[in-house]
Amino acid sequence: MKNLHEPDQMRGDFELTRREFIVAGTAAVALTALPGVGRAQPAATTSQSALPLTKVSFNVNGKLRELELDSRTTLLDALREHLHLTGTKKGCDHGQCGACTVHIGERRMNSCLTLAVMQQGASVTTIEGLGTPENLHPMQAAFVKHDGYQCGYCTSGQICSAVAMLREIKAGIPCHVTSDLTARPQLTAAEIRERMSGNLCRCGAYANIVDAITEVGGKSA
Amino acid sequence: MKPFTYEKPRTPAEAAAATARHPGAKFIAGGTNLLDLMKLEIEAPGHLIDVNGLGFDQIEATPEGGLGIGALVRNTDLAADERVRRDYAVLSRALLAGASGQLRNAATTAGNLLQRTRCPYFYDTNQPCNKRQPGTGCGAIGGVNRQHAILGSSTACIATHPSDMAVAMRVLDATIQTVRADGATRRIPIADFYRLPGDTPNVENTLQPGELITHVTLPKPVGGAHVYYKVRDRSSYAFALVSVAAIVQRDGTGRVALGGVAHMPWRIEAAEAELPQGAKAVATKLLAGAKPTEHNAFKVPLVERTLAAALLEAKG
Repeated sequence: MKNLHEPDQMRGDFELTRREFIVAGTAAVALTALPGVGRAQPAATTSQSALPLTKVSFNVNGKLRELELDSRTTLLDALREHLHLTGTKKGCDHGQCGACTVHIGERRMNSCLTLAVMQQGASVTTIEGLGTPENLHPMQAAFVKHDGYQCGYCTSGQICSAVAMLREIKAGIPCHVTSDLTARPQLTAAEIRERMSGNLCRCGAYANIVDAITEVGGKSA
Repeated sequence: MKPFTYEKPRTPAEAAAATARHPGAKFIAGGTNLLDLMKLEIEAPGHLIDVNGLGFDQIEATPEGGLGIGALVRNTDLAADERVRRDYAVLSRALLAGASGQLRNAATTAGNLLQRTRCPYFYDTNQPCNKRQPGTGCGAIGGVNRQHAILGSSTACIATHPSDMAVAMRVLDATIQTVRADGATRRIPIADFYRLPGDTPNVENTLQPGELITHVTLPKPVGGAHVYYKVRDRSSYAFALVSVAAIVQRDGTGRVALGGVAHMPWRIEAAEAELPQGAKAVATKLLAGAKPTEHNAFKVPLVERTLAAALLEAKG
């Protein structure tokens, strides 16, 4: 028995999802043939739903996207299952692990804990919108340089979180370890670790993640 | 998740009308707790009323010299507000001790007050739980109850309230402003807002069906040293085992409330009178009638020690 909403309560779904994903990848089966992939809630096909679909439009990575969705669809599932932006990962699906972190406006959020229909008119940035393989965002390049990952599953969430987190420090938003609430927060390792505590890395690449963020934060400060 | 219909009203009157049309509807703002519970079908509203279009997103000075906080002000913005950091630091500290950066960016002031317990028996739909399903019993009593209440619990429920922010609001004597479905408004002192579990642990506060929180008001600043001291199983992103919100004046008088020990923030005015006598005297009064469980007896000495640490920090 553990506290829910705490990241060590990672669900069994994750392993199943990953296995299904690997099977789908190695067998080169089209993802659309496997509605169970990602354990979307609801599944990728919404045709059995008794409810009418809801129209929603929001901007994703600079492009206006219009969707008709079952109202239960989370932003995470809309991104992955409907827009096929699979860079954003589903870890726990309960706001405990941070793998689904994206930017809504300028702010980092858990995309698993908001409904797509609630994001009408919003601007969403995912890892695909931060940089490309040819033109990496400085934070992506720093994660590569400092070896800030092992399996890579949490990485897109870590990077999205880190980019927005540096903006929060710049904006003077304090955190739990900020000693003087009335002074501007500084970019220290303790600040970075506390501010990144919503992103879990089961491989334990934390020390290298802190190095990567420190480098980018130091350059942009 | 069970199917639901969705609407986003533009005015409080529209929201009120929506609650009248859809009994059992739920308001959604940040969604960080409600959606989590809906995925597990612990909450299964047939209709969701998205209140994010209603305004209520400003922090404004009140004519009495206090602060009026809109119900939709995000936890990040409340914690970072310069007036809160300067005059109500215990509130900033409590907010920053809770959740993660991502969650604080989404979670709202009213939603934080209304979040449900994280008792694992409440979350596990295979277990009995009088809070989730009245009359089924309590799995936590006699179960694994390390994180549960030591004060104010009943034979029906030993769950704790999970909010850090609410503990600070209690010590600051916040008032909760609401609008009811019929349009009537009222102000509820936070001391009268939460309920002990008693025989109806499913009823957690004094809000009526369809009643919407619009603001939380803080009285004018009381000065003093503000401390929020939280003890948890790891140093970040975990719920409190015991927390202390304290405001201590130079002469040693002040206010103190506990989190992590009861179904509501725990504040006893008779205990505060003992503050100049030190942590042991305060703890003795706060813990009067404490009923620890098999696994959480450690919380009794932990309350005194956390109080001692908080009072030391307040001395600076």
